[in-house]
Amino acid sequence: MTMRAGYDDVVVTTPVTVPYMRYSIRGAHWFLAGALAGLLKHSGLGKDKIDGLCVSSFTLTPDSAVGLTQHLGMTLRWLDHIPMGGACGVVALRRAARAVQSGDATVIACIAGDTNHTDSFRLNLGTFSQFARDAVYPYGAGGPNASFAFITDYYMRKYGARRDDFGKLCVAQRTNALKFPYALMKKPLTLEEYLNARVIAEPLRLYDCVMPCAGAEAFLVLRRGEAEKLDQRYARILATIERHNAFPDDPIQYRGGWALDCNELYAQAGVGPKDINVVAAYDDYPVINVMQLEDLGFCNKGEGPDFVRRHSFTADGSFPFNTSGGQLSVGQAGAAGGFLGLIEIIRQVTGQTIGTAVTKARFGLASGFGMINYDRGLCSGAVILATGQQQ
Amino acid sequence: MTRPLVRPPRKNPILRTRVPNLPPGSRSRVALGLTAAAARGRLELQTCRDCGTVQYPPREACRVCLSRRLEWNVQNGTGELLSETILHHSNELFYRERMPWRLGIVRLDCGPVVVAHLHGDCVRPPSRVRVHANIDRAGQAALVAMPEKDTPNMADDRQLREMTCDPKFRKVLITDAKSPVGQSLVEAIVKAGADLVWAGYAEPWKKPPGFEKLSSLPQVALVPLDLTDSRAVKNLAGEIGGRVDILINTADHHRNYGITAREGIEVARAEMDINYFGLLRLAQEFAPAMRARGADGQSSAVAWVNLLSIFALSNFPPHGTYSASKAAALSLAQCLRAEFAPAGVRVINVFPGPIDDEWNQALPPPKIAPSRVAADIVETLRGSAEDVFPGDVAEDWLARWRDNPKVLERELAAMR
Repeated sequence: MTMRAGYDDVVVTTPVTVPYMRYSIRGAHWFLAGALAGLLKHSGLGKDKIDGLCVSSFTLTPDSAVGLTQHLGMTLRWLDHIPMGGACGVVALRRAARAVQSGDATVIACIAGDTNHTDSFRLNLGTFSQFARDAVYPYGAGGPNASFAFITDYYMRKYGARRDDFGKLCVAQRTNALKFPYALMKKPLTLEEYLNARVIAEPLRLYDCVMPCAGAEAFLVLRRGEAEKLDQRYARILATIERHNAFPDDPIQYRGGWALDCNELYAQAGVGPKDINVVAAYDDYPVINVMQLEDLGFCNKGEGPDFVRRHSFTADGSFPFNTSGGQLSVGQAGAAGGFLGLIEIIRQVTGQTIGTAVTKARFGLASGFGMINYDRGLCSGAVILATGQQQ
Repeated sequence: MTRPLVRPPRKNPILRTRVPNLPPGSRSRVALGLTAAAARGRLELQTCRDCGTVQYPPREACRVCLSRRLEWNVQNGTGELLSETILHHSNELFYRERMPWRLGIVRLDCGPVVVAHLHGDCVRPPSRVRVHANIDRAGQAALVAMPEKDTPNMADDRQLREMTCDPKFRKVLITDAKSPVGQSLVEAIVKAGADLVWAGYAEPWKKPPGFEKLSSLPQVALVPLDLTDSRAVKNLAGEIGGRVDILINTADHHRNYGITAREGIEVARAEMDINYFGLLRLAQEFAPAMRARGADGQSSAVAWVNLLSIFALSNFPPHGTYSASKAAALSLAQCLRAEFAPAGVRVINVFPGPIDDEWNQALPPPKIAPSRVAADIVETLRGSAEDVFPGDVAEDWLARWRDNPKVLERELAAMR
């Protein structure tokens, strides 16, 4: 296979978060407008200087990215809409980086966000996908809870993971979240509280499940020269991967698409798993965290539980992981959940951390996982970012 | 192991009656193929005509070879339970009121992986199960993983009972208990564990053999009921309508005429008056209370059974006006099914071939015994189909009708 082309001097800048809230009376456009306004404010760019836009949102319907251009009064020469849920951050970055590299656009705003009305989560579940509507939702599960319960139950039996392994990750993420002002979860979580929480879908309990909320995230993709002109700290893109519907013949999901592309990811990046200083994995349920640790090469398949037992996962401990608290402690603002980890990695490697900074964070890895179309997540992706020159 | 159901205590009149909520009922058009098969009590999955791959969830094209020639074929449903969960939370009211709820994910031996309701007697994974397609309270197909081998009291499983219409501990009205089918039904329903059977009768002077013995059973209460008398139907509904859990309409007026062999419309009118208007009168008086009681505890209102005829599908000219009245009743039953849908009350249509009774005397065998019709009705109530075709003739006509209704019309026209 030919080596994937690098990204030259295309960089990522300007991580923006529109603060999360549990419920909102606003529409998705309100949050996405806030994200774009945040990009303009922090970069000093005029709206007319942004010539590319990449949008991810579930609750934007009936609009798509097209409707948003008129809504926000933008004239663009490049537009994309990434309906890939938890993988949308990585994929948006990949699309935007190639567009800038090829000259189709100069400055691309990547934005993701959703609103959350008191009833919108339930209503969205029923229409999430054709397979979900026909073959999962009628069975009573509140969204992906049952699917992840199946996956977790299977994984625990196959690889000997214990509830307290998952609990350790959730507790560590909560510790990280306590220093992150946008996190909706403000109270410490003990392992005992995790283990004794209300049952949601056995073996999952309350703190295994993300909390839906409203909010938005955004970043810019542009050339290094442009970033420097704007005085923006930037992260270099070393390597990226994406994969959809990997391992379709596995009867139940115990690995994700990363396992297919992991070697190429590190080959393209020119660094290995041991060089990575900070990791943000997609974490709507802790079992998928453990799968990512394995499939992204931080340990072998099936050794996830042991890896969890050997590390602390706090921002100031061993193997800094989901250092903003991740979705499990910050909240899942719809499609913004697919940006949350990537935004944290941009902040860590550009020295713009809001919560706890990982010391000497030169290389960061963010991975995404999305779309429980039927019985498993279909989209996976990952990106390795490196600290820029300008810090 | 499932614990046997116990007789529910008398309803406490000061407690509010729980209103019916349904499981999510929205499906894509292609997924309704699963429901169509489940309505006949079958598990059918799409199979690719070109490469043979069995598909699930339902789809428009083969996931392997992209052929769009997918056919619904019967599957035996055996498979391995891979993983399970017990839900303690749902966003849907139907499930919130019925927690906890057990689900499993099963790899069928025929290939695909299915999410299914999991019977309480299924062993923890990995284990062998049988997957059935049931009709749920929303009227849509729902897959249920059953234990590999039958277990005692299997039918009493709490989740399964939400998908069946088991007569056990329920109160049943049989509108004409004097006819051969009616008598067999009274006996079969009592045997199935019904709490109370109201046995309707129209003509007090008629004393068919065996009826007296049936009416002396402790579970049976005789009730006068003439479906041609609107006031009588209303009065009975006023008396017992709020307690009927299952209504089985066996009233049937059957004469053997076509059009030209007889003058006037009296016979046809009498057939319509019982077979069509009788159903309409019953439905107008009994359906409202049953709709309100669709989720009324363990012994909720649950089913309405119409004794139609295979002649309802296509006219049998020697019994031409009777066929027309049954076709009218079928059409009305479809309306009733739609109006019962929001309450989760199932309408079961029974299409027997010629029953071995006095009005089919001139028809050659095979004819179906009344007791077999009754047994099929009880079995359907315990299971979860909504259309049932008792007897070989009914199955044969159905197969011809599904194959080509026009050809069947010509075949029936040639029968004398």
